[in-house]
Amino acid sequence: MKKVTEGLKAVAESVALCRPDVISAYPITPQTHIVEELAQIVADGKLKCEFINVESEFSAASTVLGASAAGARAYTATSSQGLLLMMEVLYNMAGMRLPVVITDANRAVSAPINIWSDWQDAITVRDAGLIMMYAEDNQDCCDMHYQAFKIAEDPDVQLPVMVNMDGFILTHAFDPIDFPSQADVDKYLPKYKPLDFLSANNPRSFGLMGGPDRYLETRYAMAETFKSITPVILKAADDFKKMFGRYSGGMIEEYRMEDAETVLVSMGSTISDLKEAVDTMREKGKKIGVLKIRILRPYPAAEIKKALGKCKRVICVEKAISLGGPGILAAELKSAIYANANKPEVSNFIIGLGGRDVKQEHIFELVEKAEKGVCETEFIGLDKKLVEEMDK
Amino acid sequence: MTTQTAENVKLFNSGHTACAGCGLALAARLVLQATGPKVIIVNATGCLEVFTTRSPQTAWGVPWIHSLFENQAAVATGVEAALRALGRGDEARVIAWGGDGASADIGFGGISGMWERYDDVLYICYDNEAYMNTGIQRSGLTPFKGHTSTSPAGKASLGNMKQKKNIPAIAVAHGLPYVATATVGYPKDLERKVKKAMEFKGPRYLQILVPCPLGWGHATSDTITMSKLAVESGLNPIFEYIDGKLATAMTVKQKPVEEYLKPQARFKHLFRDAAGAEQVKLIQEIANNNFAKFKVEAVK
Repeated sequence: MKKVTEGLKAVAESVALCRPDVISAYPITPQTHIVEELAQIVADGKLKCEFINVESEFSAASTVLGASAAGARAYTATSSQGLLLMMEVLYNMAGMRLPVVITDANRAVSAPINIWSDWQDAITVRDAGLIMMYAEDNQDCCDMHYQAFKIAEDPDVQLPVMVNMDGFILTHAFDPIDFPSQADVDKYLPKYKPLDFLSANNPRSFGLMGGPDRYLETRYAMAETFKSITPVILKAADDFKKMFGRYSGGMIEEYRMEDAETVLVSMGSTISDLKEAVDTMREKGKKIGVLKIRILRPYPAAEIKKALGKCKRVICVEKAISLGGPGILAAELKSAIYANANKPEVSNFIIGLGGRDVKQEHIFELVEKAEKGVCETEFIGLDKKLVEEMDK
Repeated sequence: MTTQTAENVKLFNSGHTACAGCGLALAARLVLQATGPKVIIVNATGCLEVFTTRSPQTAWGVPWIHSLFENQAAVATGVEAALRALGRGDEARVIAWGGDGASADIGFGGISGMWERYDDVLYICYDNEAYMNTGIQRSGLTPFKGHTSTSPAGKASLGNMKQKKNIPAIAVAHGLPYVATATVGYPKDLERKVKKAMEFKGPRYLQILVPCPLGWGHATSDTITMSKLAVESGLNPIFEYIDGKLATAMTVKQKPVEEYLKPQARFKHLFRDAAGAEQVKLIQEIANNNFAKFKVEAVK
């Protein structure tokens, strides 16, 4: 039975169903309701778990790192500045192959200080060695969490997984959510069996120095692991469907792309905006579709390459920017399709930074612009008057 | 990244790459001799981590983890929480180790958080009074007027401007049940304090002064002598606080600070002229104050 639940609380309930042994977190908007709800679930005795309040996100990440190394299923959630404060730990956690699950409520990065949604926080840590999933809606986001633990803890993976949900747009939205039963989740996600862990009964050393004679091979092993994660992600979704009756998975998702000449590419909740706009444009006869990047790491290059094999034009719609560089989604996408015989034009637009509303008219505008010629890192939805004032 | 240790090894093995005369290597062995095998060590980045675990080798015969320079306290919190959550609370106690830089400077916020949470972790700060691993830079525990590569003595400076940050006092202020200082020159005292610390539940703090021949500039054969002189000069009082009260302080025959300072290259700029002599007088005052404060009979 579906229950109308706020996005963050829905995530908290889903995480609780995964029975983490240790949760550690630090408050930051718009993530806080997750850890508040989890704290309450633990306080009510509904989940047997060590809930640890710490003095910073840096320590939250470090605490779950330590817990995971000692053999516990561990979870944390954060956002924006908090994620950046965790950054050093995230690289370390991945390098130590610790399967922690992290939720990031995607939010802009200061300055100016801004608590609203965009993707700059998580996109900034994309090289850390985390598996990165982007939720389109809150049911998707909940389902990703059950799968995230399964993927992270797979003996062939052993890497942290980050589930991304757009701040406010998803985190604070109330939706009917289908929660599985505890018994079913227990079947889908049995107790975590670490390959190796800190134990006085089997003393081993973790986190050794790897000099020039070993570092390269260690990083190579990680890179090789990333090449073989896709089947694990797909299987986690297939198993999920078998158990719970709905499919929420895939590396990418194609929407109305069968004869599309123009394809809009994006992630997260923006996909819903794009789908709506595409429906409208389709009614007017435009051959246009949407490609959703559901998993950003490992980057689904082969899937994207195949999906964009026939179209004439690709438009990347991005809520983050690499200042002084090319559009991030666009740059990665271009490299993925470089070997294609058919090379579509690739435009990219920056929209919705810092919580600016993305309106349907903005999407129509950017499609129109891209149809006139390739656009590089062009901002849509600017307040022209304010830009002029700032220019003075 | 893991590597196994051979079976039936000692808790802290030889063959590591510490410098000749390293006080820290001695401290590590003494600590584990006192705790026995039922411990999990969380080690901050620094000399101890670097010289004991060059992959694929490890000197540790107990479970050991190194994560980063400044997160040893929070990692220890996580390990300890995991043991409880998994019903393995009796398996081992957790010890976090960090150098003076990792403890007094970069990792201090995390340590304060751990103390406030009252986690059952023994925190050991090995104090060699500078960032020795990166080339002898100044830390919050570098002594007054000590020369380091970032507090160098020169025409316009006589070395480090500040006195050592008083971490034991800060630990006591956090309400820790056990806070103590020790040094490798008095191994029996050190071992007794480790054992004593393990009698308490909750956060405990032990600060061990470990001479570093390379950083201090003394002969490698003088590590124990320097450790003892550090105490006898009064510059590094050895004491323990139990439940916030001074319980014991090591009584020693006071020696002038010059006897401690002169054999060390890091203080040689103080013995060149009158300006240096003035500073030595100030250092003697620090020592005298320490004696006044800590030269007490043991509280029964």
